[in-house]
Amino acid sequence: MEANKYLNDISEIKNIMNRSSRFMSLSGLSGILAGIYSLVGAWLTYNTIYLDTQTFGNYRNLIITQESVEKLFAIAISVIVLSLATGIILSYRKAESQNEKFWDSSSKRLLINFMIPLVTGGIFILFLIEKEMLGLVAPLTLIFYGLACVNASKHTLGGIRYLGITMIVLGLISTKFLGYGLLFWALGFGFCHIFYGAVMYFKYEKE
Amino acid sequence: MKNIIQNINKAFDHRIRLGIMSILMVNESADFNLLKELLGVTDGNLASHTKALESESYISIEKQFIGKKPNTRYIATKDGKKAFKEHIEALEKLIQKS
Repeated sequence: MEANKYLNDISEIKNIMNRSSRFMSLSGLSGILAGIYSLVGAWLTYNTIYLDTQTFGNYRNLIITQESVEKLFAIAISVIVLSLATGIILSYRKAESQNEKFWDSSSKRLLINFMIPLVTGGIFILFLIEKEMLGLVAPLTLIFYGLACVNASKHTLGGIRYLGITMIVLGLISTKFLGYGLLFWALGFGFCHIFYGAVMYFKYEKE
Repeated sequence: MKNIIQNINKAFDHRIRLGIMSILMVNESADFNLLKELLGVTDGNLASHTKALESESYISIEKQFIGKKPNTRYIATKDGKKAFKEHIEALEKLIQKS
């Protein structure tokens, strides 16, 4: 009887600590959808830049024209905007159904801590593109995105941490296989998002 | 056994005070409205519990103005954090015993 009361106390403490410091409404389903958008984006990219199937050593013959650069930017921006919009809408709905606020101190903290490594990486990579060091773009986007996830994991569902670590490892491996950036991108942003999104969906959303 | 019961702290033996301390353990500070929202209690109720914790000097209170609105922030003191940790450890031990 007494022990039960104390047990309740402890689970109440845990619950309140989590609720007051972590944003718990992050939607796993939106992770799955973001992964699917990324795969579609990767497939469209593949068809844009690898016009012929010849290979030169380790490098595929990659054709980038002014026209295809515009198309690539359009694909990239569509994938990012769609993923963000899906994440925001589904998390907002999840927060509402759990009677929690979507925009409060915990979601603000999550966003800030996610953005610090991501924006750093983004600016760094834009400088690399300017210097035409395109080979490192794919590994570095994976690495910086992974670091952003690890950093954000203290402020939301803990599972994000493993997504981040997987991304970092993939990024490091892909540095060794520079010609296959797109493949690693699809693996990281596509399949990893789908896999971890599904894990979190079944763990936290499906009752 | 006697030791354990000594560490069960009467000051925390209430759901709301437990909640206030839990929030202040993981946040640098929290203002009155945030505590109210998270714990789902009335103004008067919350005020009386924060006062109780303050009189034990487990939390400190900072009053300031944000624009024209008064804003009260609560911060767990060193003593408060230590006492709360001991309280939780005592709870855990009691559960293991039974």
